[in-house]
Amino acid sequence: MSIEAPERPKAPELFPGDEEYRRHLGGRRRKAVIFQMFCLAMLSLAVLSLATLLYTIINDSFGLVATVNENDPEEIVAGLGHDPEVTGLQDLSHDQLVGLLEANVSRGVGRRLEREQRFYEDRLVFESDATWAEICSSGGSPTGCTAGPRPHADVLQLVNERVVVPDVIASYPLVSSLLDPAGFEQEVTEEFEAGSFPDHDIEQVSIEWRAWFNPTFLTTPQNSTPEVAGIRTAILGSTWMVAITILFAVPVGLGAAIYLVEYARPTRLNEFIQTNINNLAGVPSIIYGMLGLAIFVRLLEPVTSGAVFTDGVPPSDNGRTVLAAGLTLGLLTLPVVIISAQEALKAVPDSLRHAGLALGATRWQTVRSQILPVALPGILTGTILAVARAVGETAPLIMVGAATFVTTDPTGPFSKFTALPIQIFQWTSRPQPEFHNIAAAASIALLLLLLTLNAVAVIVRNRYSRRAE
Amino acid sequence: MTAEPKIETDRGGRPFERRRRPGELVIRSFLFSCGVLSIAVTAGIVYELGKESLLFFQDERVGFLEFFTTSVWQPQVGGFGVWPLVLGTLYISLIAMLVAAPIGLAAAIYLSEYASQRVRGVFKPVLEVLVGIPTVVYGFFALTFMTPVLRSVFGANVVGFFNVASAGIVVGILIVPLISSLAEDSLRAVPDSLRQAAYALGASKLEVSTRVVVPAALSGIAAGFVIAMSRAVGETMVVTLAAGASPRNFTLGQDPLFGYVLNPFQGAQAMTGYVAITANGDLGYNTIDYNSIFAIGLTLFFITLGLNSVSRRFVKRFQQVYE
Repeated sequence: MSIEAPERPKAPELFPGDEEYRRHLGGRRRKAVIFQMFCLAMLSLAVLSLATLLYTIINDSFGLVATVNENDPEEIVAGLGHDPEVTGLQDLSHDQLVGLLEANVSRGVGRRLEREQRFYEDRLVFESDATWAEICSSGGSPTGCTAGPRPHADVLQLVNERVVVPDVIASYPLVSSLLDPAGFEQEVTEEFEAGSFPDHDIEQVSIEWRAWFNPTFLTTPQNSTPEVAGIRTAILGSTWMVAITILFAVPVGLGAAIYLVEYARPTRLNEFIQTNINNLAGVPSIIYGMLGLAIFVRLLEPVTSGAVFTDGVPPSDNGRTVLAAGLTLGLLTLPVVIISAQEALKAVPDSLRHAGLALGATRWQTVRSQILPVALPGILTGTILAVARAVGETAPLIMVGAATFVTTDPTGPFSKFTALPIQIFQWTSRPQPEFHNIAAAASIALLLLLLTLNAVAVIVRNRYSRRAE
Repeated sequence: MTAEPKIETDRGGRPFERRRRPGELVIRSFLFSCGVLSIAVTAGIVYELGKESLLFFQDERVGFLEFFTTSVWQPQVGGFGVWPLVLGTLYISLIAMLVAAPIGLAAAIYLSEYASQRVRGVFKPVLEVLVGIPTVVYGFFALTFMTPVLRSVFGANVVGFFNVASAGIVVGILIVPLISSLAEDSLRAVPDSLRQAAYALGASKLEVSTRVVVPAALSGIAAGFVIAMSRAVGETMVVTLAAGASPRNFTLGQDPLFGYVLNPFQGAQAMTGYVAITANGDLGYNTIDYNSIFAIGLTLFFITLGLNSVSRRFVKRFQQVYE
């Protein structure tokens, strides 16, 4: 008897339904490829939006402008006996600049400027000595009585604002300026022919390149004329504020992190603290601003205005000061600092703790000399990133009332101040295009500042982690 | 007889382990108070927002019921219905999520499932840069780029200078990295054995990604979505700059739903926008305006708190599955 061999299948069918499987294969492959392309396209879209954002800012910060000057700076320089080819307004001496102001500005305006800030340490230009002594001895004396003389850059700005009086009547973004410079000229001419500028003569218009983001922009104070405005006041305000934020948030945040990681037993209270910190990290920044407004600006006004530290006139007449803003941002940064410091501390191996304790060190001795040095790069990196976030915050500053128009530099924690993001917000919300140009230029400054902070974070991490190895 | 075990003592004859260490205690108390301060911050937020809101609702011009049921916000003439502001906030957040969810999730799937190490090295930092850009710069971007683009695409008579769409799209760009990084983390946390099992069964990469990995990481992805939503709701600067300062007052049933109430091309003030605009400038204490921003703030606080705890629940569920 022989066993019949089973009938072999004709086609090499691997499993039931093989034919159907093959039929679908092409479609499945196609779908897979389409899906992959879709994912890549979405990712590229995210990258593209970053590129577009940077493009928008840079595009608005440079370009051709058509300016009309009330007084031509070259003629002014020539009038003083200099060669306009060699000397510019910025090369004139302090005395010459003040002289220009004296000759061109009305006495009333001059007095107001002098009361704001003097031109010379030892003599007055617009005010008489007697009046000056009188206004400075009375209560609520103007800032000019105490502040030092105006620096060169500020006087130059005043000359620009009051004597030259530049008016940018039209501006072109960077890319259009590069591609079609003739188009701009034509556009300006057409505007003139259409009678858009009845006050100006087309002969006066000078068309030239202008970098809105330039060294002068960084070093001159805030001004209501966009053509001469700068961001020195804002940069200094941001700096003061961040200094206070760091002084407050870093010690407290680090302390809380050390407590939670090294000391806290899992009691209900400690778990509550942890949950609470996680919750705080998700609270919108504007709510911190409201807390700051209610607590630091209103409730603690005697402290934040500096009234409790002086007997006489408080340095500021309300609590809307650098100190209040710095503390508000400190509260805002606190949870971020705590969480990142906790991560860094948790990353330290337990063997170090055990070794320290086994040698008879107390808990604090172990933390201070064993754990902190190892965790330091992580803590520093996290802290710098948290501070970078605070630098860019706008909403809380609006809430605590960072003044939008301050032309004098902040001199201490009790000064009124403005900050970089506030300037950008303020300028962006103006309808005139020149304000958008300086808002873009200020955005570049802010982004560069943040970039620097991030670079510092990376450098610190690399340097310290190499040392710890 | 055995010798007494020798006890190490300090100079005062006190055993080391029982020696009192005031320094340690001081440090411990300081660290503890740092931790407790965070509770004080929360208490401060709730207390201040609550106190001022209470003053707001006690004002005779305001009704508690009216606040939550009417839909006209006109503080100048005593219209205190919060819905126009909530509508503005939710509408902008919704548009933002419609933009950010597909981009963020697809980007995360690409980074986690497809991208080589080198590609990841290029794209990840770019997404991180997007997180680091201050929101006021995004606001500038919305106003000077997105709005003009929308106006030239859909027509300047259709799209208002301030509009919900521009604000929503830019807030969407702003929250993409939040979604993508959280989603990518949870996709990468899915064990490789699941992928290999699916490949062994003959699944294509698309099928592995969408039918195995994404469902397995779903709660982590959902957590990312909810966090992003919470961020969009609390976002202030873009909304203030691009969506305008007039609340979109409406009467349900009377106003056309799509022509007016849900028109994406006109402005609508959001809750954060109202708070920022009202506080910007000299705001007198104990005025109805001052109190009203705290009532809005409290509403906002509870919305974001709710969203954040939902997201934490999702994360916890995700961790329970894979840890």
